[in-house]
Amino acid sequence: MNDAHFLDIRDLKIGVTVREPGTPPRDITIVHGVSTTLGKGKVLGLIGESGAGKSTIGLSSLAYGRGGVEITGGEVFVNGRDILEMGRSGLNAFRGREVSYVSQSAAAGFNPAHRLIDQVIEATLEHGLMSKADAEARAKELFAALSLPDPETIGDRYPHQVSGGQLQRVMTAMALCPKPDLIVFDEPTTALDVTTQIDVLAAIKNAIRLTGVAALYITHDLAVVAQVADEIMVLRDGVTIEHGSTKQIIEDPQEDYTQALVSVRSIVHQEKQPDAQPLIRMENIVAGYGSGPDVIADVTVDIYQGQTLAVVGESGSGKSTLARVLTGLLPARSGQISFDGRTLTNAQKDRPLDDLRDIQMIYQMADTAMNPRQTIGTIIGRPIEFYFGIKGQELQNRIAALLEKIELPADMASRYPAELSGGQKQRVCIARALAAEPKVIICDEVTSALDPLVADGILKLLLDLQKRENVAYMFITHDLATVKAIADSIAVMHLGKLARYGTKTHVLTPPFDDYTDLLLSSVPEMELGWLEAVTASRKMESAGN
Amino acid sequence: MGLAFKLIAQRISLGILLLFAVSVLIFVGTQILPGDVAQSILGQSATPENLANLRKDLGLNDPPLTRYFNWLGGIMVGDLGTALTSGANISEAIASRLGNTLFLAAVAAVISVPTAIFLGLIAVRYKDRWPDKLISASTLASISLPEFFIGYLLILVFGVKLGWFPTVATVYDGMGFGDRLNAVMLPALTLTLVVLAHMMRMTRAAILNVMQSAYIETAELKGLSSFKVIWKHALPNAISPVINVVMLNMAYLIVGVVVVEVIFVYPGMGQYLVDHVSKRDVPVVQACGLIFAAIYIGLNLIADIISVLSNPRLRHPK
Repeated sequence: MNDAHFLDIRDLKIGVTVREPGTPPRDITIVHGVSTTLGKGKVLGLIGESGAGKSTIGLSSLAYGRGGVEITGGEVFVNGRDILEMGRSGLNAFRGREVSYVSQSAAAGFNPAHRLIDQVIEATLEHGLMSKADAEARAKELFAALSLPDPETIGDRYPHQVSGGQLQRVMTAMALCPKPDLIVFDEPTTALDVTTQIDVLAAIKNAIRLTGVAALYITHDLAVVAQVADEIMVLRDGVTIEHGSTKQIIEDPQEDYTQALVSVRSIVHQEKQPDAQPLIRMENIVAGYGSGPDVIADVTVDIYQGQTLAVVGESGSGKSTLARVLTGLLPARSGQISFDGRTLTNAQKDRPLDDLRDIQMIYQMADTAMNPRQTIGTIIGRPIEFYFGIKGQELQNRIAALLEKIELPADMASRYPAELSGGQKQRVCIARALAAEPKVIICDEVTSALDPLVADGILKLLLDLQKRENVAYMFITHDLATVKAIADSIAVMHLGKLARYGTKTHVLTPPFDDYTDLLLSSVPEMELGWLEAVTASRKMESAGN
Repeated sequence: MGLAFKLIAQRISLGILLLFAVSVLIFVGTQILPGDVAQSILGQSATPENLANLRKDLGLNDPPLTRYFNWLGGIMVGDLGTALTSGANISEAIASRLGNTLFLAAVAAVISVPTAIFLGLIAVRYKDRWPDKLISASTLASISLPEFFIGYLLILVFGVKLGWFPTVATVYDGMGFGDRLNAVMLPALTLTLVVLAHMMRMTRAAILNVMQSAYIETAELKGLSSFKVIWKHALPNAISPVINVVMLNMAYLIVGVVVVEVIFVYPGMGQYLVDHVSKRDVPVVQACGLIFAAIYIGLNLIADIISVLSNPRLRHPK
């Protein structure tokens, strides 16, 4: 055994048996012979898009296959022993002791029935590493090291009683508690808001440095992994594309694919100036659900013909609620919406058909936004039939024309949603919205569920369509990089209010209000040392205050 | 604790309301039954005067509302009235029989509930392997056989061939606990075999559902043994569906045991009810109906309360 190679993965092959009704079981290989080594205390970033096999490789260092996934070949040595050769009881003694795991969603990863402290020290007690009192004391030290509030008592709470960002840090403490040699971080900050992500990222990095634990850090976000990793391995379709030091990957990527990942989100969008008359004006909108409190209060925004209003904010800021008010699905409690110079009825059910046609929506999850039993042609053709009464050959021609607009082949019309990739599905949803020939399309987090390169393609398509069809977008997102790429004007929402509103240049130019400043400075940038620089400057500021 | 307390208080008041509604239904239901009690007591040869006198004594001439409230008022103070056919005090007659029924049900429950949950855990642990299949097949077989067949089978094997337990479940006042237990063992086992499959399959399904959760993966990756994962991490989150089925079966153990009582000649509520239904003894039928309804509602109420208490979100609000 060698400290410089205490984790040694050799020619790892991973497969899954797909059992679909009606067809014989098929074996699919998802990782094709990946090898790597890791030294004690080092952090290796595994990066790639969905389906690259990065989580699968991460879990293989615990000899674990999620779902029907099986390790079909190769060796994984941890501390000199091949863990793939271990029996069940050997694995039980190994897992949680030498290697531990931090999952993407801590909210789902914690058992709702037990207190946090009992779960945090469970592995430590199970492996007989410490007495209960010692383990609890260590857990509390770790809570403090991860800058959790009330480290002495936070463990007494149940998972639902702490916030998502805190829970992710508690999970990191849980992984660290048994003093493992390696922690597998599986997208630990992906589900968090950007301002929370930076705190969790800093806490994780600090904890890694303090404890000297090695880590596999899995993510799809190169800018994030650049902040914590010593080395980065780029994966695609189960194959290593490039492996090098973080500095080399970020500053001097060799492979085309890596270069594409580094330069993603480099769309340059020339901002358009507002017209004299807005297409839509939402004035002093107040809205809420049921008999609950107001979710948005006194929001006034304008949307101009052929331009994009980006509504940006964190979860719970009220941005989706604003979209629901515009569609009329959630009638505003007060305030009014004017459309093309006339007043729009608040409730969707009272609006004339033409008003409904003029406002269309595209959703975050293309999967659930389409009927899985209808063909793509039926899905796109339905609004054409419904709004324009077009049938027969003319309908087929229109469907073909729409498919061409979204850059999909015409024979897609006869396929079903399940046969399409994530990006293709989102394109179909765009076509369905366009089919109604609307004046404005509400895009609700339409790129959030997509891989960065695919998301880039969707954004380019949306910009291109805007130019040709002169349609306006209300673009809801939590991702500021997307905002920069697509917006003409920006509304920053915070706790149901407008924190900042104006043209893109105005909103993104200092001086900022506190919240916009926090939001903008929290977006990870693809440069080494960014995290340290930001946290240091924030500490300076709070010391100055 | 406030939220859980509010929910439980709500459930209890709803239960009481429901019980009143049931009492109305039972009363109305027995009123529209065909036949005349006075006639059936006195027989065909009764003179009209005798019939009229008896009706007056029984209060059958009062308006229905008065009779309902008289009945309800009696129940409130524990007086279930007198049986028309025998003139016996119903409360006294039922007391010992209800005790017998509850004892039998309790013995059956003490055997069947832990067994069902344990078998369910084993089935989950060895999912799709032979222990799971064996458990599923055997419990399904036992639920598929009619109660009387299982009952006679047990009598044949344990009563006649092996001679371990008495074939007739005779109990009497002043009998010791051990003797009593011995006497009801065969009917209790029969009932166990009837309710086991349902509870075991529900336990298995509920736990398997929970086993899909991400926190089960977390537990497995801590290196916990399979059984510990199931017992400590899956079962506490499957309590709510399991407890509902358990209570449903408990209710069945109390109110649905007529056949078993007949087979083993056991002096319980079921036989008593059936006897008096055939004699059109309305007060007895009403009393038994109300008691069974109260048991059903009470057990479901307990299931609801346990469900609420087992949910940490309700127990420990934010």
